[in-house]
Amino acid sequence: MTSRRRTTGFLLVGLVVALVVAGIGSYYASSSPDGLEWSAEKEGFLDTAEDSATADSPLADYAVSGVDDGRLSGGLAGVIGVAVTLVLAGGITLLVRRRSSAGDDSAGNDVDSAQDADDAEARPVPRA
Amino acid sequence: MHVPDGFLDAPTSVATGVLAAGTVALALRRAREELDERTAPLAGLTAAFVFAVQMMNFPVGAGTSGHLIGGTLTAVLVGPWTAVLCMTVVLLVQAVLFADGGLTALGTNVTLMALVAVGVGYGLFRLLVAVLPRTRTGLLVAAGVGAFASVPVAALAFVALFAAGGVADIPVGTVAATMGGIHVLIGLGEAAITVVVLGAVLAARPDLVHGAAHLRSADTLLRRPEVLTPRGPAQR
Repeated sequence: MTSRRRTTGFLLVGLVVALVVAGIGSYYASSSPDGLEWSAEKEGFLDTAEDSATADSPLADYAVSGVDDGRLSGGLAGVIGVAVTLVLAGGITLLVRRRSSAGDDSAGNDVDSAQDADDAEARPVPRA
Repeated sequence: MHVPDGFLDAPTSVATGVLAAGTVALALRRAREELDERTAPLAGLTAAFVFAVQMMNFPVGAGTSGHLIGGTLTAVLVGPWTAVLCMTVVLLVQAVLFADGGLTALGTNVTLMALVAVGVGYGLFRLLVAVLPRTRTGLLVAAGVGAFASVPVAALAFVALFAAGGVADIPVGTVAATMGGIHVLIGLGEAAITVVVLGAVLAARPDLVHGAAHLRSADTLLRRPEVLTPRGPAQR
């Protein structure tokens, strides 16, 4: 139980760091063209770039349309991006992962393993 | 490094799309061996973290910037196949929601950053881990070198695609020199961020780091004599 709680705490700290970087830190990022864009400009093929089909997305270019304050708009876009990425990637990896019904090979004790087995049985998703 | 629509012609984009789809399909099967109850949430968090840090463009010389790709960092943290999935999700979210990287170029971007960057960075990491001392420092050096090399190699992979199907008719040699040169500098930033973040995770929770499994087995071997002689030489 304590090891699981420790992991949850660690993950929460990581999430806060990601939210602070995307929500606040990104305002201070360099706005110069990146390496590819700079190279394309220098070599003369930047004008072959076309607008993405999602160029009119309400979040295009990491700004929330309708929010005029640049700091707030970019920060909000960053927080939304972190949340969406977390849900999508977390969802996929949770679906793909092994179910530890046969016992946990980590530092967990027997009580933890028994609970894991119960958890796995309670889930409606069949083992693939 | 996010390739916009239009740089590459349709056949090249289709080819990278097929390659990317095949890689992701394989990763969906193979990532299962890397993911369990404890590491799956970490993988989701790592993807969100990479998304966040990719927003932090750092200046590189005059008038240019770069940002973390994160392929090596993710692979060392959660395993290479899981890293392919994490990086693909990041690129998908960026292309669909934020118009960062083209939609028809999504396969190209997955190929460059989820396949080439992860493959080169993690491959080099494993090679170096095998020859360097089995210590935390050895692991960080291996990850730093892998992260560094992954950036110019991914940039040169773009140049190869540009040579095959670039829309503009430009000598490939000069594009390679420009792309390779600037991405060597960006690679230094990639290495620095990778080492700092990995060092922090290793200090807090080394047991969660996929690429540190060899340190854990070394740890248990070292710990046994320590139990017998509690006042023996301190274990680092």
